[in-house]
Amino acid sequence: MKIIVAIKQVPEREAPVRIDAGGKWIEEANIQWAMNESDAYALEEALQLKEKHSGEVVVLSAGPERAGTTIREALAKGADRAIHIACDDLGDRDALGVARLLAAAIKPENPDLLLTGLQSDDLGYGQTGVILAELLGLPHASLILHVEKTDAGLTVKRELEEGWFQNIELPIPAVLSMQSGGSKLRYATLMGIKRARTKEVRTLSAAELAAPVASSVRLERIALPQKQKSTQILSGTAKETAAALVEKLKFEARIL
Amino acid sequence: MSSILVVIEQREARISRISWEALAAAQSLGAQLSLPVAAAIPGAQTESLAAELAGKALAKVVRVEHPLLSAYTPDGFTSALEQLVRAEQPGYVLFPHSYQVRDYAPALAARLGQVLIGDVTGIGDGPTFSRQLMQGRLNGAYRHSGAGPCFISVQSGAFHADAVQAGSAQIALFTPTIEAAQIRTRPGEPFRGSAQTVDLGSAQFIVSVGRGIKGAENLPVVEELAAALGAELAASRPICDNGWLPMERQVGSSGQTVSPKLYVAVGISGAIQHLVGIKGSQCVVAINKDPDAPIFEVADYGIVGDLFEVVPAITEAVKAAKQ
Ligand SMILES: Cc1cc2nc3c(=O)[nH]c(=O)nc-3n(C[C@H](O)[C@H](O)[C@H](O)COP(=O)(O)OP(=O)(O)OC[C@H]3O[C@@H](n4cnc5c(N)ncnc54)[C@H](O)[C@@H]3O)c2cc1C
Ligand SMILES: Nc1ncnc2c1ncn2[C@@H]1O[C@H](COP(=O)(O)O)[C@@H](O)[C@H]1O
Repeated sequence: MKIIVAIKQVPEREAPVRIDAGGKWIEEANIQWAMNESDAYALEEALQLKEKHSGEVVVLSAGPERAGTTIREALAKGADRAIHIACDDLGDRDALGVARLLAAAIKPENPDLLLTGLQSDDLGYGQTGVILAELLGLPHASLILHVEKTDAGLTVKRELEEGWFQNIELPIPAVLSMQSGGSKLRYATLMGIKRARTKEVRTLSAAELAAPVASSVRLERIALPQKQKSTQILSGTAKETAAALVEKLKFEARIL
Repeated sequence: MSSILVVIEQREARISRISWEALAAAQSLGAQLSLPVAAAIPGAQTESLAAELAGKALAKVVRVEHPLLSAYTPDGFTSALEQLVRAEQPGYVLFPHSYQVRDYAPALAARLGQVLIGDVTGIGDGPTFSRQLMQGRLNGAYRHSGAGPCFISVQSGAFHADAVQAGSAQIALFTPTIEAAQIRTRPGEPFRGSAQTVDLGSAQFIVSVGRGIKGAENLPVVEELAAALGAELAASRPICDNGWLPMERQVGSSGQTVSPKLYVAVGISGAIQHLVGIKGSQCVVAINKDPDAPIFEVADYGIVGDLFEVVPAITEAVKAAKQ
């Protein structure tokens, strides 16, 4: 099976969020970057499928040059090769715009399976996989925890709300948006890291993919969230705040 | 003239709560823009649900009915609603942001050359639509431009179901053309995960732990606080994803909904999917080292600090108070 995994590089989870001068995005200068969490699970599922059924795992990422470190990480974990869509204007594209870019790179590859993460940790659209299926004319399922290859195609386990699940059968080629938590993530080994250096990373420019930037939805401004409740922040040493909290719970909230 | 179309979702043959919230959002947008609101209910047997909707302040209720819509499939729903949107030409299409909607609405929007603004928590002048970014650490205001409908899905809990205005509406039937061969996926019956042995739903005291705990080996820090309080231990999703605690202890949209007297969130950032599970809590205490963590927006009491110092101190103070 030839599997493409779409992987996005996102700000590291505890990166500081400072709104930049334009008011439309955060200051990126001093932040650390990481592989989007659900994409790591998508990669893991792809690697396990390859181990069971043989084939090839290709990583696809659109982003500026720094995305190269996340691509190498995926190669170090066991992906065979990568396609890097060099793109410095991701922020000007809406979800459909980014999907068009990815779709243009995917089409000539003709994969049997395309896996995306369920949702990016920065923009959180949760749409790219579903849109890709539409653009590529392929069947899809989202919120997937587990993929089983069958004679007819795939049986996938889909998460529903509140602790329910459902199995879905679908033919291949197909697109799946992977939810996190379906399997245990592997670490890159030293050997893997060494090998990754020699693996192929093909760079495509956004221009040569000829995907239009025109967007119908625009992020106008960002802001820190507003507090919904009046939170009492207790301060002092650990011991002082602990004592103050117990006082409050006992005499103000009356729940202890 | 333009209009607003709200797509209603059924769950176990009833209109889901979040669909009423989406209807409330549609009515409020309708009031803001002076536009009529219509509701669409897709399914195979929509008569009684349509009758229920007809008691609301709507221009009309459209039953989008076809035998192939009896079980949800993305192909069936995308095709049926594409036909409806092309026929009705609404200016806005609103959905509840459910697992079902997130599975097909982005494809429906793309088929019409549009982009869904998903997970909307508020509607401002313009209109602009706000939604969370960076896992709740930021809010973004989005605006739609260009021709074609604007697709919106609204976050659970962002609008109030009881704000839906009553009225009376006509019911229309819309029969989409769908061929069985168009439907490429075969959905199975829903099933429950592992047997539930803890009932977090009725727990009065809950200590809940998030990724701030760093590793399973540190869990005793929160277990001791839970023991001192006589509380159940719960967790955010990554803790269960990592296998540090069983999934039945997960709180949030894909876990349990809780309504304790006291919910202590330890090292939990407060992503929306977690917060929807704790809305019913009487008192929320948050311990987090990041003063801007969104959990503090919903907490009654907050302690900004290192949980490894703060939590043991609270455990001691609780023990002392209970003696
Ligand atoms: C469809 C879908 C469904 C989901 N369902 C759920 C669900 O049911 N439940 C759920 O919880 N999540 C769910 N999620 C995931 C959710 O979006 C968040 O990713 C998750 O809740 C984050 O968990 P967390 O707060 O533990 O981790 P993080 O967001 O990583 O937060 C860790 C926090 O710990 C703090 N911290 C770190 N070190 C310390 C320290 N030493 N002392 C004090 N504080 C510290 C950090 O400041 C940070 O705020 C879902 C996501 C999706 C897309
Ligand atoms: N720039 C990108 N490069 C590669 N994959 C992406 C990119 N943006 C989004 N994706 C994929 O689409 C998924 C969902 O992203 P989103 O729709 O932004 O929430 C991510 O988890 C990735 O798998």
